[in-house]
Amino acid sequence: MANEQLVPLTPSEGSSPKKPPAEAKSEKKSDYQGKMHHMQKEMMGRYFDRLTACAEGKGGKAVYMMISGNPVELIEALDMIPVYPEVNALQLAAKKTSLSHILKAEEMGYSIDNCAYVKADVGMYFAGRKTAFATIPEPDLLLCNYVGCNVYLQWFEHLQEYSKAPIYNLDIPFCRTPDGKPTKEDIHYVVKQLEEVIAKMESISGNKLDFKRLQHILELSSETGRLWSEIKMLTKNRPSPFDAYFDSVTMMAPLYCLRGTEEGLLFFQEAYKEMKGKADRGEGPLPQERFRFVIEGPPPWPFLRQFRDMFSRWGAVAVASTYSTVGGLWEFGFRHDPQRPLESIAEHMLYWNLSNRNFLQRYEQIKNYTEQWGADALVIHSIKSCRLFSAGQGDMREYFSKQLDVPTLLIESDLEDPRYFSEAQLRNRVDAFFESLEHKKMMVKH
Amino acid sequence: MLYAGGVDVGSTQTKAIILSEDRRIVSRALINTGAFVSQAAERAFQQAVADAGIAPEQVAYVVGTGYGRYKVTFGDAQITEISCHARGAKFLFPNTKTVIDMGGQDAKGISVGEDGDVKDFVMNDKCAAGTGRFLSNAAETLGVSLDEIGPISLQAKKAVRLSTVCAVFVESDIMSYLAEGKTMQDILGGVHSAIAARVISLIRRVGIEPEVTFTGGVSRNIGMVRALEEKLQLPVNVCDDSHYIGAIGAALFALERAQAAAAGGLAKEAGTKEAGTSVATAQ
Repeated sequence: MANEQLVPLTPSEGSSPKKPPAEAKSEKKSDYQGKMHHMQKEMMGRYFDRLTACAEGKGGKAVYMMISGNPVELIEALDMIPVYPEVNALQLAAKKTSLSHILKAEEMGYSIDNCAYVKADVGMYFAGRKTAFATIPEPDLLLCNYVGCNVYLQWFEHLQEYSKAPIYNLDIPFCRTPDGKPTKEDIHYVVKQLEEVIAKMESISGNKLDFKRLQHILELSSETGRLWSEIKMLTKNRPSPFDAYFDSVTMMAPLYCLRGTEEGLLFFQEAYKEMKGKADRGEGPLPQERFRFVIEGPPPWPFLRQFRDMFSRWGAVAVASTYSTVGGLWEFGFRHDPQRPLESIAEHMLYWNLSNRNFLQRYEQIKNYTEQWGADALVIHSIKSCRLFSAGQGDMREYFSKQLDVPTLLIESDLEDPRYFSEAQLRNRVDAFFESLEHKKMMVKH
Repeated sequence: MLYAGGVDVGSTQTKAIILSEDRRIVSRALINTGAFVSQAAERAFQQAVADAGIAPEQVAYVVGTGYGRYKVTFGDAQITEISCHARGAKFLFPNTKTVIDMGGQDAKGISVGEDGDVKDFVMNDKCAAGTGRFLSNAAETLGVSLDEIGPISLQAKKAVRLSTVCAVFVESDIMSYLAEGKTMQDILGGVHSAIAARVISLIRRVGIEPEVTFTGGVSRNIGMVRALEEKLQLPVNVCDDSHYIGAIGAALFALERAQAAAAGGLAKEAGTKEAGTSVATAQ
């Protein structure tokens, strides 16, 4: 009978009918802790140590950048240190320390509706620049590479005002042609700016850019991108060997901070081996994969585990996520080209990342995931303090649920501000959504 | 005789229903939820059992629903009120395609499938606009009881236009209309109209298809029923049991499970595991 299926069951919850699922603790951890995780911890640990050393004046020049389509290869080629304020902010949130910084920024006059990443980072800047992992160095250069969001531009302008460091705003034209592709002129325009940035970084770092070295770095990046892409293809397996949202997070840090290094490549070789092994053995992140979904939007970092649990208890696994493509869209074919170093970096920034694409391209990407990755549903996690990226998600829900007949759930909280997370409300929506999916599945079966 | 129970623990009130195996409502209980949610659930259930004149052991299966569903610790399963309202509305009004549910602190729209399943749903966010809370604040400001506001609103001659649907700011809005000398009837007419418009705009996201069934505590308010009908240009199904629809849906789920278990020994866990396995291995 259809209604038999309406209760979410994970093994821990199925044993006693009198035990309310929400209060039952899962005995089996739902995420992996393989060799890859240890490597990630060690490598990222070394990266954070570099940040701290730099902050303590022990060497290194810090370049602040945005994740979206980041040109980390140039930073690496000039022996400078990439710093991502977004990563600082998300770490504060994940360690549940973001609120005091947000409140500090609000005291300074930042609006309650302002991007909470900005507020947490600004609050932290004035509180000694410490995260749980590192002391963040003052910027030697603020390289704003992201124009998909005007709040981000102002974030860097504010940091400039506070730190008095030099700022360079890269102007990356938005994809505006009918096919969404950048023109030759767009690429030329960005390359010219990159040349200016290189000159600026040379004078700040005292290092001269060695083009041969940059080419080698791009080779490493290209291979890293290929492996990352292969890893993402593995989630087409049933069961998916890992959760493309919650587990991708482990791989995203090395992708942005260590891309273009031998160490970063080593990590992705290991990650691929590990995930391929899981796929071959038919192992997944949950004891049983009952639903496959695509997810749009960043996670609620302050409540990552609770959020994951809302899906895990239904046996729901993310097989693709748009969030993991903010930094780059390797799974759709992008590779850095050592023969066209600056051009391919420009193309990465212009076209091969999620944030600089238009809404129809975002639709297309998600459609592709639902079809090729065999997903049952789309979940949109809308971000309260990010109107720019969340605007239009109501239409996205309409498009997928009404026009493509993909069951779609739109939920809202925040990526950084814990005040926006209402667990009971979110759980209610997620439960109701999977109750109805369960019913649909049963109807198809009979 | 086999019985099944449904307990709907809402933010404001807790409802309990006992169904007999021939799907007849044997008893109802309604109490204020208050601060002690588990106790409220238990009390409502016990009251319903006592009214039914049966022993608690005769209730073979209990489903908890509503925000406090996990506090129905004596229950056998928890199902969201979204599924339960759809099922309950379909049971009372078999042609239901859309459910409008207005409770104490939330408002939702549900698109209902052929067999009472949820096709799609939408809910208000962390904001009390368009909920029972807005109406109770308005009633309090005007010094009338919640039961009176609906009938009074129907006497409006020229309903005012509220500048807000915020449950907090409605008070100052009402005060300024009183200062202008507007009548209570016209003000309450405006209050009901504003809330109806707000709820309808929310529910349009799932699509409004007749028949529309109105559920939840606010469905007892005749002023809101009329305001919705006027804006939708459609009749809206309500009945004396509209307030209990979540609990009725929960009891229906409970009854089906109890009957399935009695018929084939199909235990809840075994059934689900079986289905889960077949889903996971389907290539």
